[in-house]
Amino acid sequence: MAEKFLIKTSPHIKNNLSVAKVMWLVVVALLPAYIHTFFLFGYRTVWVSLAAVAGAVVSEALMQLLMKKKITVYDGSAFLTGLLIAFNVPPSIALWKVALGSAFAIIVAKQLFGGLGYNIFNPALAGRAFLMASYPVAMTSGWKAPAGGFLSLDPALTQGFSGPAVTKFLDSVTSATPLNALKTARAALNDPELDVPAREAVEQLFSADSIVHSFFGRIGGCLGETTALFLLAGGLFLLIMKLADWRVPAGYLGTVALLTWAFGGIDGIFTGNPLFHLFTGGLMLGAFFMATDMVTSPLTRKGKWIFAVGCGVLTFTIRMWGGYPEGVSYSILLMNIFVPLIDRYTVPVSFGEVKA
Amino acid sequence: MLTFKGGIHPPEGKALTEGKPLKRLSLPDKVIIPLSQHIGAPAKAIVQIGDEVLTGQPVAEASGMISASIHSSVTGKVVGIGSFPHPVSGTGPALVIERSGEDIFYEHPRYTAGDCDKETFLKVVADMGLVGLGGATFPTHVKLAPPSFKKVDCIILNGAECEPYLTCDDRLMQEQSEGIALGLLLMVKNTGAEKGIIGIENNKPHAFKKMCEVCRPYHELEVVSVKTKYPQGAEKQLIDALTKRKVPAGGLPLDVGIIVQNVGTAFAVYEAVYLGKPLIERAVTVSGEGINEPSNFIVRIGDTYERLIREVGGLKEETVSLISGGPMMGFAQYTAQSLPVIKGTSGILALTEREVGRTREAPCISCGACVDICPMQLIPTQLVRQVKNKRYEEAAALNINSCIECGSCAYVCPSKIPLVQYVRLGKGFLRKLSARERAKKEEKK
Ligand code: SF4
Ligand code: SF4
Repeated sequence: MAEKFLIKTSPHIKNNLSVAKVMWLVVVALLPAYIHTFFLFGYRTVWVSLAAVAGAVVSEALMQLLMKKKITVYDGSAFLTGLLIAFNVPPSIALWKVALGSAFAIIVAKQLFGGLGYNIFNPALAGRAFLMASYPVAMTSGWKAPAGGFLSLDPALTQGFSGPAVTKFLDSVTSATPLNALKTARAALNDPELDVPAREAVEQLFSADSIVHSFFGRIGGCLGETTALFLLAGGLFLLIMKLADWRVPAGYLGTVALLTWAFGGIDGIFTGNPLFHLFTGGLMLGAFFMATDMVTSPLTRKGKWIFAVGCGVLTFTIRMWGGYPEGVSYSILLMNIFVPLIDRYTVPVSFGEVKA
Repeated sequence: MLTFKGGIHPPEGKALTEGKPLKRLSLPDKVIIPLSQHIGAPAKAIVQIGDEVLTGQPVAEASGMISASIHSSVTGKVVGIGSFPHPVSGTGPALVIERSGEDIFYEHPRYTAGDCDKETFLKVVADMGLVGLGGATFPTHVKLAPPSFKKVDCIILNGAECEPYLTCDDRLMQEQSEGIALGLLLMVKNTGAEKGIIGIENNKPHAFKKMCEVCRPYHELEVVSVKTKYPQGAEKQLIDALTKRKVPAGGLPLDVGIIVQNVGTAFAVYEAVYLGKPLIERAVTVSGEGINEPSNFIVRIGDTYERLIREVGGLKEETVSLISGGPMMGFAQYTAQSLPVIKGTSGILALTEREVGRTREAPCISCGACVDICPMQLIPTQLVRQVKNKRYEEAAALNINSCIECGSCAYVCPSKIPLVQYVRLGKGFLRKLSARERAKKEEKK
């Protein structure tokens, strides 16, 4: 016998997970929501996502080529970033703008920081923030009530969340998101000059009907903001596959639910509607797919709790008092900054360690 | 279910051999007996080329405080002393003994539990060359004789066998349960402990049942089922699971009043005391996807990997890696030729590409998997970052020295970063640093 064998140090076996597998599985988790948006917005979904993904993948390859690094686009991370950006823009946005957002995400937020694993900010959210800053109009007024897809053929559904009071109150209901409506209504509530049925509008937004509509995604918003149910399904898939730590969505959603319930109402404490807040805007997407991004969230379990609760508090604050109707992406980006700090201060007590 | 915090669940691979009884191999024609088969100073040869030796005759004696004596495993003639392949250290000095015929046993005194006092016990254990058979090979008589100011109240027998593929302890517990129990009783009695606990992972129901049966008459013995999880058999983790005591960082089990021994060692203690039999053979699992007929054997020390592999029908084409010990903590071998089975050889594994899964190292994606599973609650990825940046002090502040090198972190890492390998590197550097500092201090004095 003269075979020669591999010489390496232990362990000699490894599990079969890889970075690429992680990324592609997250893409798979986004599929239910993606298919749902296709039914809502029709081929628009396809074009927007193609532009976003192409923008991301091409910029990643180009950057790696320019920086003379190994090209790793097959690992799916750029693809995933692109897809997430598509989920974060309104369906009517110009395709070149989406692609530009993706390019910014990959080039500035990821590759210039050193590539996968070294970036501080969630690239997809950085891309979204870039678009918000550069094209605020396209990013916020381009809402469409679900239209163009099969589901929206039913005219009753295109009305979406709105009730008669809301319709009367806002001139262009079909182009607003529920969070927009809420924000405007709340502002009107505090402004006695305005004689509008603001209170009724809030009540209708908080009504069971409206919640059901938003849960099943029959509301206006970004591609990925309209499908709470399917994002939840994908999110659960992530948790079951252990691709995301349950602490992050649990801490994030829990904090938002608690705070909006306690302080989100218009009739004093504990009159808010947490479900409304959970199912609208980008919260589901953010809590399951953005805040859980491994690279830009803390390492330790304790750190993950802190990060998640921080995201929740910020989101609530922005939604209630901020200048924007929605605060998910800024909250997560802001918390991203604190990740190294959180990691530093949440070093677990090691086995048998005696703390002096 | 009793267990510890963290840990992993690699594919067990035990089905390949768990139904295979320990088969006594025919006597080898030639044995290669390394002089260093234990932790500590190598033994000193006390025979010369040309000497005739009997089976069980001492051929090398312990040298120094931590060392163990070595015996001939066949009856024959010493034909060589020189450098030979060694499964742990690469190469090392060894005796070659050619068998001349059937076994003629060298006589050693025998005792019973009644007439073996503490002193005699320790002497027998030392004379019979016993070392920890789980793979660490620490001389047993040293471990069983703690300094007098350390009170021992419990002996734990490690029957976890948490390494994938290995089933030799499982088989031994089923086939030699009585001997294991008697060996444990001897250890309990002669260390002044109050009880002995045998911890067995719950994937070995037969061994558990058998051990329970034989231990029932002895009120000081307890058999406890622990959760199947790697590294359940690591000393500190097993102690934690069974007694909830936490061995302090940098400390020994003795610090919490416990001595841990492997079940195989307990059986060797029994044989040494009751039968006057030195450590000349051991149970070995030969397994892995690359082995044609995975088996369990009782093998003479000094028999070669080569012969064992031939015995199981050779290796499959796809074999890429040959491991001595388990796949998590064992040692990769370059070749099986003239490679001797030593006291610490618990398994010989042939693994294929599919199991080994060679992949490039990618950047850390901070997934936290290594942090979640580290049984010592360390942050492997940060340890590695510090080591890569040569910031050893920072690594030390993050308790790098607590790492038990179980390899769980490297197993789970999706980026395939050889985490434990870097950690070993860092620990090595720190050892050198502190040695240098000590030397400096000495100079000043
Ligand atoms: S750091 Fe050490 S103790 Fe922790 S998992 Fe890795 S090898 Fe095991
Ligand atoms: S398991 Fe690997 S990729 Fe994940 S945090 Fe640890 S080192 Fe980084």
